[in-house]
Amino acid sequence: MPEEYEPKIVAFFCNWCTYLAADLAGTSRIKYAPSTRVIRVMCSGRVDPQFVLDAFAKGADGVLIGGCHPGDCHYQEGNYKALRRFRLLQRLLCQMGIEEERVRLEWISAAEGDRVRAVIDEMTAQLKSLGPARRSHAEAA
Amino acid sequence: MAAYCYYPGCSLRGTGIAYEESLLAVFKLLHLPIEELRDWNCCGATSYMSIDEGSACVLSARNLALARQLHYRDIVAPCSACYLVLRKTQDYVQRYPRIGRRVEESLGAGRLHVLNEVRVRHPLEVLHTDVGLAKIKARVLRQWPGGKVACYYGCQMVRPYADGDPDHNPVRMDELMHAAGVSTVDFPLKTRCCGGTLTGTMPPVGIRLNEILLAEAHHRGAEAMVTVCPLCQYNLDAYQSELRHRSKTFAEMPVFFFTQVLGWALGGDPARLGLKRAISGRRQIAQWFPKQRAEAAAHV
Amino acid sequence: MSESNGTVRIGVYVCHCGTNIAGIVDVKALTHYAAGLPNVAVSRDYKYMCSDPGQDLIRQDIRDQHLNRIVVASCSPHLHEATFRNATRAGGLNPFFVQMVNIREHDSWVHTNHAEATLKALDMVRAAVRRVAHHEALEKARVSIRPEALVVGGGIAGIHAALTMANAGKHVYLVEREPTIGGHMAQFDKTFPTLDCSACILTPKMSAVKNHPNITLWTYSDVTAIEGYVGNYNVTITRRPRYVREDLCVGCLECLEGCVYKQAKVPDEFNMGLSKRRPIYIPFPQAVPQTPVIDPETCIQFKSGKCKKTCIEVCGDRHAIDLYMEPRTEHIEVGTVVLATGFQTYDARRSPYYGYGTYPNVYTALEIERLVNASGPTGGEVVLRTGGHPKSVGIIHCVGSRDENTNRWCSRVCCMYSLKLAHLLKEHTGAEVFNFYIDMRTPGKGFEEFYQKLLSERVHFIRGRVAEVTDASLHSSEEGRLVIRVEDTLAGFVRRIPVDMVVLATGLEPRADAQEVRRLFNITCSNEGFFLERHPKLAPVQTFTDGIFLAGCCQGPKDIPDTVAQAGAAAAEALALMDAGCVETEPNTAYVMEEACCGCKTCISVCPYHAISFVDEKQVSAINPVLCKGCGTCVAACPSATIRQHLFEDEQIFAEIEGILEYA
Repeated sequence: MPEEYEPKIVAFFCNWCTYLAADLAGTSRIKYAPSTRVIRVMCSGRVDPQFVLDAFAKGADGVLIGGCHPGDCHYQEGNYKALRRFRLLQRLLCQMGIEEERVRLEWISAAEGDRVRAVIDEMTAQLKSLGPARRSHAEAA
Repeated sequence: MAAYCYYPGCSLRGTGIAYEESLLAVFKLLHLPIEELRDWNCCGATSYMSIDEGSACVLSARNLALARQLHYRDIVAPCSACYLVLRKTQDYVQRYPRIGRRVEESLGAGRLHVLNEVRVRHPLEVLHTDVGLAKIKARVLRQWPGGKVACYYGCQMVRPYADGDPDHNPVRMDELMHAAGVSTVDFPLKTRCCGGTLTGTMPPVGIRLNEILLAEAHHRGAEAMVTVCPLCQYNLDAYQSELRHRSKTFAEMPVFFFTQVLGWALGGDPARLGLKRAISGRRQIAQWFPKQRAEAAAHV
Repeated sequence: MSESNGTVRIGVYVCHCGTNIAGIVDVKALTHYAAGLPNVAVSRDYKYMCSDPGQDLIRQDIRDQHLNRIVVASCSPHLHEATFRNATRAGGLNPFFVQMVNIREHDSWVHTNHAEATLKALDMVRAAVRRVAHHEALEKARVSIRPEALVVGGGIAGIHAALTMANAGKHVYLVEREPTIGGHMAQFDKTFPTLDCSACILTPKMSAVKNHPNITLWTYSDVTAIEGYVGNYNVTITRRPRYVREDLCVGCLECLEGCVYKQAKVPDEFNMGLSKRRPIYIPFPQAVPQTPVIDPETCIQFKSGKCKKTCIEVCGDRHAIDLYMEPRTEHIEVGTVVLATGFQTYDARRSPYYGYGTYPNVYTALEIERLVNASGPTGGEVVLRTGGHPKSVGIIHCVGSRDENTNRWCSRVCCMYSLKLAHLLKEHTGAEVFNFYIDMRTPGKGFEEFYQKLLSERVHFIRGRVAEVTDASLHSSEEGRLVIRVEDTLAGFVRRIPVDMVVLATGLEPRADAQEVRRLFNITCSNEGFFLERHPKLAPVQTFTDGIFLAGCCQGPKDIPDTVAQAGAAAAEALALMDAGCVETEPNTAYVMEEACCGCKTCISVCPYHAISFVDEKQVSAINPVLCKGCGTCVAACPSATIRQHLFEDEQIFAEIEGILEYA
């Protein structure tokens, strides 16, 4: 394991709010931790729980899902569907021994570039204190 | 256990002793149980905050932690400086992780935890919100013998933690006065600077600021000023003789704490309201609260 | 298909974006790394991939190197996805074989450490290379565009946009909430810096709207629902009853005089409450339509039912007054929408230290506009609320603008309208006029010259943010007047300036219901609450919802020339869409693999567009691609994984995840 452990977060950002917020963070030159890799989806409602499980299985330290604020979904209510699935998923992950802090659902609108920074920085700090998600795997390898 | 925990701070044991006397009397008259925080310490006041925010927060947070440890829900800070510093500490601990960590570590050494569940309250807000104007109105036993008063709020209790009162035009004290049957004048300088500590460090500037407030209150027809802060009260009260020497037109007037006025209206023993501790306007005070009247009504 | 038979051959193109990317990310290392990834046939870096030579690289390589997949690592797909799809198409490859990697907005612009940013770029490119191998050829669907347009808001922006589109032969529905069109501009006296009369230039355009054969004007109406998609919006409009029938009223206005209220008693909204109107009224003499409106809040008949109804008597056999009028609902279909809902001025009561609402002689700028107007409440005579004429006036700039405690933005027009009001007040009263400003902002044609003219008119300018307006006097010279306390930051001391009248240059802010309107039209707002344009520079009138355009101050504060220019631009964009007659839509729709569908109907309940139906004879779900908007919610919800989504196929996303996490 390297000295300074950098967690890797897989992020699913909705095309209309959070992805644009991340673009806005860029155009505003807001600086944040380089831990996150964004996968663009049209809506947070597209995020299949299998994507999250797969990310953890392949070695992600955290998964971040970003959608529009309640009531603001570009597709009317996809974010509510995402929320429902997320609650179940969180329970499932807990049972698997994956800490609650490792998976997060955040509402970030297109205007909230700074919130992208705040969420990613906070999550990165939390994951750093938790350590890698696949300790045993890393040691075995 | 009492619902309210009383945090006196240094002023209410010094220049503001009349504030303490009248405040406790009013709480007693309204049957509000209140007890002093055991082993409280200095709030750090504004001076410490401006030198080292982290240490200042540790100092004042100890009081919040003590109150929490003793399971108080509300801590009542009558001095505006104490009120501001305690509120600011809660705010900063929450808002700035650096300060939060510093405070947690320091208090942890003494096995204390600062938890922001304790509510920091100013007695003005307690009386206005918890007791309510209607209840106070119903309990008024005496008519105010003086004329109209000018309610003066100062700066520290309204900015930035006015708690619902408009920060540039607070009205709670005015409303309490009306409930107590006391008329107030329209006083636009109600949140303007009283001079603060400038009366000590740069007297000409500080006293000039006092003069503006007193002159305007007089100009608007007030016969007394009413305050919520021991420093404001002291500044307005202590330098009037100097102002009188300087200007022939200057009119001396008493400067009360709002609890003194309320205590009188609710029928409190004048001897226990600190009315005689005033420096200025003693002539009016003697006239408004003659001895026999005071004795006749005493039943606290 | 020739493109996808045989082996996958990927071309990776890394953009420097000048130094925007190359300054942080090691583009050479990235290019070299990409060359070694599976299926990558070509890997190149170039200074500006979006430039013609950059695009030529892609075109050339598709032909010469027989590439069948393209990865471009550059900026946000929201900016240049279309560019690179076109380049790919031009090279003879289906445009959906492209995947973009956002190494600018999501990487080089947000990180400072070169090694970490480069590492992130490697991960992102690896993910895209893996993903693109699963891409398929797709065809865009075409949607026809109706030739009708809806304009919401009848201020100068809405008027100009409506006229532009109507003149181009399109039918326009103009919906205005107030009883008349004209908006804020109708309230202004003169316009800066030319000082031409606002009404004189506006009212001809208002009547042009009324008389235009291609414009349907609905005032006193609200858009209450909108459904559909670009080119085919179904809009519901509720027309509130004005109790005077527009089709029967001849605009004689005799009913106003006929009202039982002999004296007008209700504060007149148009004159900012500086005059009174009757319960039956017309906002101002040039109002369009020239039809009065009855305000049921104040009309005796509506309040008590016991009015003599003299207005109806006066109207006589015209029978235009109908007290039983009901709200009417109109349903229209339009292809495009222009939102021109405007602004509201900052409520000066939120800054109590300036005394608005406390001291009668403190005015807002909009009140002064009415006060100096020849057809205003005083016929243009500047009379104080307490009587008499002001001998000195203080104009306080930036009230509710550039202020941490209220609104942080500059409202752009206040400096100039303050100069205009200073000029008009001086002209009307000969008073001494003081302007209190933070910075004078005069960037516009003839603006600085106007400022210089005011300086030569001996209007005073004091640089400093005013602390307070008070009637507490310190000297006899201040008795009975308003004192402005301000730090003169050029002279370096605090001044007290007694005046008779204070004018607050209130800023512009989003309308109170901007968030509701935003939700209704499914668009976004910026942080401050103005409607957000698609791109601040390259798409200033578009929104993120296709077919909906922005004009005027609903998008941000601006003056009349800029508003008109923007309204013209919005109209032109809408016209371009309508004239094209059809638009291509993203082929990211969902589809059902019938043979595996178990018929559980889970998908039907999650679709917000009713795009999924159940085919009884086959016992499977079917998705109507025209109604599907491509959110993918049903895809994630399908328990048997039989619903798939073009462009966002499961295997594409799994490949992306794997690519990100596969440690090199």
